[in-house]
Amino acid sequence: MSTHQAQAKPLLQVRNVCVHFPIPASRDWPWQPIPKVKAVDGVSFDLMPGETLGVVGESGCGKSTLARALIGLVKTTSGEILWGGKNLAGMNDKGFHKVRRDMQMIFQDPLASLNPRMTIGDIIAEPLRNYEADLSPEEVKARVRQIMDRVGLLPNVINRYPHEFSGGQCQRVGIARALILKPKLIICDEPVSALDVSIQAQVVNLLKELQEEMGLSLVFIAHDLSVVKHISDRVLVMYLGNEAELATSEALYAKPTHPYTQALLSAVPIPDPELERNKTIQLLEGDLPSPINPPSGCVFRTRCPRAIENCAKEKPVLKGNAVHQVACPVTAP
Amino acid sequence: MSLLDVKDLQVHFSTPEGDVTAVNNLNFSLEAGQTLGIVGESGSGKSQTAFSIMGLLAKNGRTGGEALFEGKQILNLPEKELNSIRAEKISMIFQDPMTSLNPYMKVGTQLMEVLRLHKGMGKEEAFEESVRMLDAVKMPESRKRMTMYPHEFSGGMRQRVMIAMALLCRPKLLIADEPTTALDVTVQAQIMELLNDLKRDFNTAIIMITHDLGVVAGICDKVLVMYAGQTMEYGTTDEIFYRPSHPYTIGLLESIPTLKTEGEILPTIQGNPPNLLNLPAGCPFQERCSHVMDICRQNMPALETFENNRRRACFWAVPEHTTEGASL
Repeated sequence: MSTHQAQAKPLLQVRNVCVHFPIPASRDWPWQPIPKVKAVDGVSFDLMPGETLGVVGESGCGKSTLARALIGLVKTTSGEILWGGKNLAGMNDKGFHKVRRDMQMIFQDPLASLNPRMTIGDIIAEPLRNYEADLSPEEVKARVRQIMDRVGLLPNVINRYPHEFSGGQCQRVGIARALILKPKLIICDEPVSALDVSIQAQVVNLLKELQEEMGLSLVFIAHDLSVVKHISDRVLVMYLGNEAELATSEALYAKPTHPYTQALLSAVPIPDPELERNKTIQLLEGDLPSPINPPSGCVFRTRCPRAIENCAKEKPVLKGNAVHQVACPVTAP
Repeated sequence: MSLLDVKDLQVHFSTPEGDVTAVNNLNFSLEAGQTLGIVGESGSGKSQTAFSIMGLLAKNGRTGGEALFEGKQILNLPEKELNSIRAEKISMIFQDPMTSLNPYMKVGTQLMEVLRLHKGMGKEEAFEESVRMLDAVKMPESRKRMTMYPHEFSGGMRQRVMIAMALLCRPKLLIADEPTTALDVTVQAQIMELLNDLKRDFNTAIIMITHDLGVVAGICDKVLVMYAGQTMEYGTTDEIFYRPSHPYTIGLLESIPTLKTEGEILPTIQGNPPNLLNLPAGCPFQERCSHVMDICRQNMPALETFENNRRRACFWAVPEHTTEGASL
């Protein structure tokens, strides 16, 4: 990473981004302050060209909201998202339209993210019609066929509709649509969690190949820690809208430091009967606290086995070196 | 006599496009206190197997073959007789804990309903028993939770309610259809530990339906690997994981990324699962198999039984690493 930083400027810089959703209906009286769901509460990271950042955490930790904020599908409350010198936070839709040419997204549900009334060819060609309107129909068709071939879709399916495809193939269509403009960054929101194991491996391999070929950066969001380990250069662990740990994939999985990361990793089932039966799981007590009223100081302290008195007072920030950063004063990397 | 003996189980659906065979000649047996894992991809018929045993098939479904529960055929029983077996002897937990609880009823009322209907208990007795069961599934503040509605519970807590409800009548067999798929890993670990405890305390036999081989490794004694409605391989958990012999099982085990996986490219199984409406002649796995031979395209391999009651349906010779140092 350090050599990376010396060589190139980061593609994307995220500085202290917060996304809060106001919920006026939950007030008892109109003069009370409007409660907010703090979906993302102060996240910062850099993304290098060609790098894959994995984002993991349990449901409700804000990883999908973070992804949507990066590409402007939800408005950020505060913080900066720097993309090529421009701040995307607070940018209007017109401004984002230009940005999205270089920043595309792949969604979780492969079938639901494709328009059922459009053919595969039209779906894949739509970004071209949006951004390169002067292309002739022949050129569009050639580009579509080229990218279909690249993601492993046979050319004869170009006039078929999404419902005729299996989940894995639909996800390939989603990938083709995201890639046809040759973007610099793709945000993948749980791209493989709806797929079967054998298909999952195909899609992960495809993403890796394409990334190397086209020099893409990926933000890869998943709750499956093994998939994230396989595809990511660096991994960001989130808990209740906050960063818990940010480290290179090797460092994080070899030496998980934050108590939450440790619990998360120990809970991953191992497909090996001997190891699985004899492993010790660090079970977390209780449930995720409400993001409307998160605990003071460190949000994890209510479930943390190593919490001390001071944890309630101060909100920890990521500390450490370029390889491994942890937001926990009790356990330094 | 086994607790459950399934012989030549078949499930067919009549659809406008023609008949679909979702489950084709499935055989397995289960002893009291044992756990069987049924593994397969979506569309492999693993859920339909469970639904057919419970008598929950969709209207256009038909079953064939036998499912003997304590020696008694339970397939195609009239609704009334089925209801006396369901919940009391066999019960089921479903994948999605939100949609399988009634959102309009308090959790306590739903739990008590089971006891009052099946055990004829009075209100107070049923209440106390329900609280005891919620305690058994490690629900904190169980008494308070009885008066709450399902939406007030988190996913993991709802699944605990489902498990408590399924265990209220102390069933001999619990069918768990992807019980942890909708949950986070940390919650999944809690639920799996709970199921392991309950298995020990109540000596319940479990059929665990899942696509997660990690879950299977932790809890199951035996594993049945299904593909396109047919048994590919059947054996003890250790045999299946350490000495897989069917190309599909081998491929499946290799394609899971684990925390230990090194290297760039994951081994995969090429291609997509077949369309059940239009299965190829011969072995359904032929299109994706790396060891496919001419005979595979003509005949379906028979399910052969090896030593130790292990079964496998494949023409490909048993690979060497399968027999190495084993009792096979």
